[in-house]
Amino acid sequence: MAIRKVLGVETEFGIMHRGAGESNPIAASSMLINAYVSSLARSVGFDFEDEHPEIDARGYSVGDAQPPEVDTHLVNAVLTNGARYYVDHAHPELSTPECADAREVVVWDRAAERILQVSMEAASKQLPEGQEIVVHKNNSDGKGNSYGCHENYLMDRSVPFGRVVTGILPFFVTRQLMVGAGKVGCEATGMSSREVPFQISQRADFFEEEVGLETTLKRPIVNTRDEPHCDAQKYRRLHVIVGDANLSEVCTYLKVGTTAIVLSLIEDDELPQRELALAAPVPALRRVSWDLSLSLPLDMADGSKMTALEIQWEYLDAAKKYAESHGLDSVGEEVGADVLRRWEATLTALESDPMSLASTVDWVAKKKLYEAYMERHGVEWGDGKLAALDLQYHDLRPGRSLATRVGLERITTDAEVEAAMTTPPATTRAWFRGTCLSKWASSIVAANWDSLVFDVGGDPLRRVPMMEPLRGTAAMLEELVESCRTPAELIERLGA
Amino acid sequence: MAEREQKKKPAPARQDEVVEDAPPVSEKGEKIKAELDELLDEIDEVLEENAEDFVRSYVQKGGQ
Repeated sequence: MAIRKVLGVETEFGIMHRGAGESNPIAASSMLINAYVSSLARSVGFDFEDEHPEIDARGYSVGDAQPPEVDTHLVNAVLTNGARYYVDHAHPELSTPECADAREVVVWDRAAERILQVSMEAASKQLPEGQEIVVHKNNSDGKGNSYGCHENYLMDRSVPFGRVVTGILPFFVTRQLMVGAGKVGCEATGMSSREVPFQISQRADFFEEEVGLETTLKRPIVNTRDEPHCDAQKYRRLHVIVGDANLSEVCTYLKVGTTAIVLSLIEDDELPQRELALAAPVPALRRVSWDLSLSLPLDMADGSKMTALEIQWEYLDAAKKYAESHGLDSVGEEVGADVLRRWEATLTALESDPMSLASTVDWVAKKKLYEAYMERHGVEWGDGKLAALDLQYHDLRPGRSLATRVGLERITTDAEVEAAMTTPPATTRAWFRGTCLSKWASSIVAANWDSLVFDVGGDPLRRVPMMEPLRGTAAMLEELVESCRTPAELIERLGA
Repeated sequence: MAEREQKKKPAPARQDEVVEDAPPVSEKGEKIKAELDELLDEIDEVLEENAEDFVRSYVQKGGQ
């Protein structure tokens, strides 16, 4: 049976230091994160200054296939909600804690947005009058530079990777119909914004390979990074780089929820009966993004033709059969059933009346807004104002954000999002990481995805391994952790 | 499969029925338009001054 799809997202945010002349994105990102971390230090006694470069989660992973491109002197913090907040590639980046289902991902992804907002406020207080740091949750600057919103899914190591690739490629090419964040203009080589004034995905223009290890050059639709951050004998962490950063909660929910279900199908070898291999997945990814009619026939490897929607219906049908035969335990029964319902409703609406999805799907919300704007102001696609709206849709400043003004449906509450800024999901090892950091930050010298290192004084440093993503939950450890008065007592009772 | 077909292609008869049963469709349409107008007013207010300059100066380093 498919294993539980522990999952999370990591988002690189666009950043600008305004009013300071030349904007240095690395310095601005460091300042932004430091401002947040130091504001936090006063409330929870955190000390995550970068004299602890070992806090770099990736630096600790065993058997790295791909050495991480991380400058360890850059800011790199682990938060009490189990997330990691750091500077990567000249962007502030936040990885959510490990979550046990798609809904939790949405909650902690929204918490990430709030953390960036608080960071902007804190940083701006330290800046001279007239300067501010502005953060966007997007994936492109509209000038050919892209940065990612990556997803991670726990998979069974015994599933041959070739099966994962074959099974997921057509899904990744076509899921953007439901979850594309939309973009004004085109940045693909050989295509102009005159020909593609608006498209479904932020990211599709930037993919050049079907499968590969790269993330910054020649980006592949299926990424092969093999860095499980857990027991590598048992697990694989599928690292997905093809997606957009979503502002719509429903999009984030569907993006990770449907993907987790399809990965379960792959693990249990229950893929659609019909051969869904595309003749040319890379060009197809772009064409699907550019085709607002949603009716473009794609060339299949077997010589037939299918639309992106037809491919999605095949996956949904297989998923519904799978739910009946295997259940949806691997993605959470309740959430899984809800994802299936919304998946079907979304495909149905895409087929009959795509604009009816303006309150759930980012690209549709944008299209509706921009068309109304064009009508009111008598402008056409290609007008500079539309590019401005398109950037500002992703602006995280509450006073400027357009995404929060277009009436997107919420599936979280403000209260749970606020709580998720400082508390971890109870359902994964993130609970243990976050809870120990809240209680005993001053005794923790290093925190990363798969271990915590304690300094309990006198003795050598004590490392608590967390190689099982589903151990270290509140259900397993809350009583024990609550009853320990000191970290030394915890270590002793854990037998670490 | 039958269920899917039904959902994929809503029967026209049923759609007509909905239209007949719901005379306030134009009212609803007007409400939607009014909401959109209100939204556009708000957008005009919150849109960055010199928005186009902002877009021009928005250059990011490539990331992952």
